[in-house]
Amino acid sequence: MSPTTLFGLCGAALVGIGLYGLLTDSRLLRKIIAFNLVGSGVFLLFGVIARRGAAAELFGDPVPQALVITGIVVAFSATALAVALLLRLHEAGGGATFDTPADEAGVKRPDP
Amino acid sequence: MTLLAETVAPAAGGGWLVAAIIFPVVALLLAVAGGARFAARVGVLALPAGLAIAVAIADGVAKHGVLGYYVGGWAPPLGIALRADVLSAAMLVTTAIVASGAGLYALHDFGPPREPGGGRQTLGFWVSLLGAWAALNLAFVGRDLFNLYVALELLTFAAVPLVCLDGRAPTLQAALRYLLYALVGSVLYLLGAVLLYGAFGTLDVELLATVVRPEPAAWAAAALMTAGLLAKTALFPLHLWLPPAHAGAPPAASAVLSALVVKGSFFIVLRLWFDALPGLATAMAMQFIGLLGAGAILYGSALALRQSRLKLLVAYSTVAQIGYLFLVFPLAFDASAGRLVAGTALAGGLLQAVSHAFAKAAMFMSAGLVAVALGHDRIEGFGGLARARPVSLLAFALAGVSLVGLPPSGGFAAKWLLLSAAVESGQWWWAVVIVLGGLLTGAYLILVLMRALQEPAAPTASLRPVAAWREAVPLALALLAVLLGLAGLAPFQPGAGTGAVAAAEAFQ
Amino acid sequence: MSFELSYELLVGLLVLTAAAWSVAARDTYSATVGFVSYGLLIAIMWMQLQAFDVALAEVAIGSGLTGLLLLSAAARLRAAEARVTSRPPVMLRIVAALACTAVSVSIAATVLRLPESAPSLAGAAVGALPATGLGNPVNGVLMAFRAFDTLLEKVVLVLSLVGVWSLAPEPGWSGRPRLLHPFADDGVLRFLARTLPPIGLLFGAHLMWNGADEPGGAFQGATVLAAMWLLVLMAGLGEAPRIRERWLRVAVVAGPMTFITVGLAGIGVAGAFLAYPEPHAKSLILFVELPMMLTIALVLALLVAGPPEPTAGP
Repeated sequence: MSPTTLFGLCGAALVGIGLYGLLTDSRLLRKIIAFNLVGSGVFLLFGVIARRGAAAELFGDPVPQALVITGIVVAFSATALAVALLLRLHEAGGGATFDTPADEAGVKRPDP
Repeated sequence: MTLLAETVAPAAGGGWLVAAIIFPVVALLLAVAGGARFAARVGVLALPAGLAIAVAIADGVAKHGVLGYYVGGWAPPLGIALRADVLSAAMLVTTAIVASGAGLYALHDFGPPREPGGGRQTLGFWVSLLGAWAALNLAFVGRDLFNLYVALELLTFAAVPLVCLDGRAPTLQAALRYLLYALVGSVLYLLGAVLLYGAFGTLDVELLATVVRPEPAAWAAAALMTAGLLAKTALFPLHLWLPPAHAGAPPAASAVLSALVVKGSFFIVLRLWFDALPGLATAMAMQFIGLLGAGAILYGSALALRQSRLKLLVAYSTVAQIGYLFLVFPLAFDASAGRLVAGTALAGGLLQAVSHAFAKAAMFMSAGLVAVALGHDRIEGFGGLARARPVSLLAFALAGVSLVGLPPSGGFAAKWLLLSAAVESGQWWWAVVIVLGGLLTGAYLILVLMRALQEPAAPTASLRPVAAWREAVPLALALLAVLLGLAGLAPFQPGAGTGAVAAAEAFQ
Repeated sequence: MSFELSYELLVGLLVLTAAAWSVAARDTYSATVGFVSYGLLIAIMWMQLQAFDVALAEVAIGSGLTGLLLLSAAARLRAAEARVTSRPPVMLRIVAALACTAVSVSIAATVLRLPESAPSLAGAAVGALPATGLGNPVNGVLMAFRAFDTLLEKVVLVLSLVGVWSLAPEPGWSGRPRLLHPFADDGVLRFLARTLPPIGLLFGAHLMWNGADEPGGAFQGATVLAAMWLLVLMAGLGEAPRIRERWLRVAVVAGPMTFITVGLAGIGVAGAFLAYPEPHAKSLILFVELPMMLTIALVLALLVAGPPEPTAGP
């Protein structure tokens, strides 16, 4: 097995690990972390595909490499928005999971 | 391929496609730089200009068949192509009209802030509206799977803040749930695109169509991308995020979310199966997508019937109406050729997307005005509404005519096309679902109207006043939904010519 | 087994362990620490894949800024999360585990069956690169061939920043973003915040300037600048600006606005939106990258800083 293929299998495993966290952990911050794992697994797969496409004296296909950089920025923006939403929800009395239904008026006091 | 090469000639007016995306982007950047007061003005000025661009594209498509553009002058596979056909043109114009309506309606709630330092919601609303508009336009004309991924993300980042503009805990929760669904959806979509690139070396829709072979990599990619897009479109059973998000947002935002935003990812599903991977469809996969659509129609309508609040009822109705869009897939599948064929079913799906956009925007806006007038949106307390707010109620009822599918509405034409596709292809079971869905829709809308026509239980206290022009916006949109079936617009006319069908067939 | 393969096997195992830890750890704070180390490990993978541009981005953003964001959130949520005791039912976990394994296995099978002669656009990119005047093909893709994606991704950044800002409570909206208080008393941090920024500034500028021909670019340079600014803020040596400041708003949109302006000029002088006239392509790209770097640095830092807070000043 080539090292590239090995990393490809890692990427596939990362997607599964992340999805598992997303599905089973009720804590929202953990879901956000799990989403980042899925994302980086997908990026890694793209990196493997880039490496396989090494040609024309390049070590890898620059198109997927560039797309991964774009993808990393987008994933970061997503994380930032999700974290900000979560912290705001927490302050508004919504708790750290979806299990506690946020009450209509949002009058619960935030945690000290 | 040859078709695209021809349309890239500058004379073809492909520059309008860039304008449709960049114009709202520039407006939103100016709004961010200028602040809330400025944002409301820029937004209002951008509405007619954006509408004009959409009309220019529709005109170009009517003349040339398709418009195309290579951004930066770089041809695919290295560069990114844009392209508009009849489907794109119809969605671009629809989006421009609904966005303009939502913008006008929103001027009351999100006008220039009165006190300095205020305007959080104003800035948020206009930036999101313009961002969603740009993203949708890109989704309608993008022809590169990664470029479409960027469109999906733009759409998510524009749409999520719309949900929680009021900052209350329930809407924050709805927004976060929506964001998580949307993010997982787009990451699955991206994973599929990555696999396609690894196997076939291109992300361009036209090029993919020529090189994709039915093999495991393509099937895995198609399954992942479709699953991701269905989560973003809120197709049953991935709809859980939609009702709280759409029902909790301010009315103008709900209108945009429910009428337009979910159509962006639906449109990419269409592109994926009809244009990029046409040979990949199998009878079983298409029946499965149709089954989810049928589940959405029946489940969404049944839940709408049980809602006690109007905005939630309208939101569940969106869950149901999205289902009709996905009946296109089994109905457009030609079993003998083993592929999807653009025809009556696709035209019906397009018409459903367009007429639902007008009708649903009208419904959310009139529901919002009813809530303003009464101070609540509990259906049991609607007694006397027909006399107190006749125009809002009329708009709601007319939009309902289209949702139910009564003639002569756009909804009727859409469902009629879908029904005839079901009959033509001998798939009678989908016809049963369509008819049943129409009956359920009629039931939950009639319940609302009957309440509103009753005498009030107690003498109506004091209805808050609502400006006439605000009632005019939903009324105009509802009239559009109803007249769509009559208008004799060539691309939408059932039976006669069916321009949408012809144009869709032209590039297969 | 060759030395190289066993090294990579080790890296792969470490990555998977760190990933599994950040999902399985009971305490969210330690899961977050696991995620940060995961980010560093995965950057090693990117280096092994010879993708140095991506490795830089992954360390700076995937591990650095994302880690900072998650760590401060984990610290704030610690009390609330400790109260979450309910675990999902065993059945659900088993079904989820089976479904996720199925997904992983089918992706892995697809990876193993990828065509022997991998399709690639490397040749096409290298062939077209001279027209851009750049030497780094990744930058050529980002700034020329797929400049449209790069431009729209900056709009994504701006949209998410406005989205974060719009979460601020009404009173005090347009004030100063919240700061990362927990670290403010750290002496080492203060020392670093005094000494590192000048070096960081130089390094960031170097990354951008050199990105034209070598790994790096506006984006990686911007990340370094953002990190330096955050360091100063976290050490309590500076204050985040009020978000209503006009200069801030203008700087936030300066990058994409310049990009669009140059792109529109391209219609006139080079025949297409975002096309560059050949002899001036490289200078135009550098001209666009400078304001882009400022915008990206500002937005990344402000995204970490979060929504404005009423307590942080009027």
